[in-house]
Amino acid sequence: MTDVSVSLPTPCVPAPATFRDYFMLMKPRVMSLVVFTAVAGWVVAPGAGDPVLAFASILAIACGAGAAGALNMWYDADIDAKMRRTRSRPVPAGRVDREEALTLGVWVSVLSVAVMALAGGALAAGLLAFSILFYVLVYTMWLKRRTPQNIVIGGLAGALPPAVAWAAKTGGLTLDPLILVAIIFLWTPPHFWALALYQKGDYADAGVPMLPVTHGAAATRKQILWYSIALVPLALTPALTGLGGMIYLGVAGALGLLFLVLAVKVAASKAGDGDVAGQADLYAVAKGGKAARNLFAFSIGYLFCLFAALIAERLAGAHWPVAAFVGL
Amino acid sequence: MSGMDDLRPPDVTPLTPEQAAARGKRNIMLALLLAALMVLIFVISLTQLKAGLFQRPM
Repeated sequence: MTDVSVSLPTPCVPAPATFRDYFMLMKPRVMSLVVFTAVAGWVVAPGAGDPVLAFASILAIACGAGAAGALNMWYDADIDAKMRRTRSRPVPAGRVDREEALTLGVWVSVLSVAVMALAGGALAAGLLAFSILFYVLVYTMWLKRRTPQNIVIGGLAGALPPAVAWAAKTGGLTLDPLILVAIIFLWTPPHFWALALYQKGDYADAGVPMLPVTHGAAATRKQILWYSIALVPLALTPALTGLGGMIYLGVAGALGLLFLVLAVKVAASKAGDGDVAGQADLYAVAKGGKAARNLFAFSIGYLFCLFAALIAERLAGAHWPVAAFVGL
Repeated sequence: MSGMDDLRPPDVTPLTPEQAAARGKRNIMLALLLAALMVLIFVISLTQLKAGLFQRPM
């Protein structure tokens, strides 16, 4: 008899999930930007506002965003496992079961909406529930795998936090919070398409129909420029309505010009042309993709600075309305 | 105790010490989070009731 026995590899035993793994399920990097824009929404909303209710409302928004992230990781585990950038996430890496991600996402969603209902009222709780459901059902389950407009329409979920916080503080909505929502909504496509340009290979391998994969890099670069041209003037409108003052106008104007310069550089570049392999590091870039990486990185700072300016004006008592300066 | 062990289904894999320790830590964190949630809901309720609490007939 021929010996056909082979040495089998040691069975792969997943490492026991730590608390950090569950926290990572909630996409803390995304959560931090959501929290920041929500804080801005609360601070600039009229009225005094109770600090306890402010804390509870912002916490509910943060947990709601985190829960939506966990549900996204539950549903997209197959995609995440194929992409270099996401394959080390807790579910595809085997540290957390998919069912655990689902359970965590559902429970934290329910609890965050319940806490928001107590702290911020029915409108804020309804908006928070809507944003979670929109992100999970509309973006993750429906649009993401079907259309290159996935992040355009799906971006609404990530744009709503300032309006949720505003509704929690005031009990209603006006034009001002909707302008903040519109700014984040228009900011999302150039931000994610810049990333998709220099990570195109990852999306193609995973079968995600991002714009550079379906329509090519040149069309994406053009779309980035168009959305940037729409975004920069829109970002100035809070100064016209009185939501932002002179400091905000200066920040939005200066950084808006820089945003446009970087978008033009992307449009003139060869970013995304040819076969672009995905990278494990969010900011690592293959040759030719530097302009897209620079816009992606700058866009994060841009949004942060716009909302930081709004917060700083109010907290520092330096909110000087533009109308007063021009004698209106 | 040995009688209890006999009742254990045969396909249950006992946890390694590392897995048991991780589970213990997760359980403690979960308990702390649940306690924090209770405190948060209590404090929110008090805050919402604050005005009314001190404006009622004593």
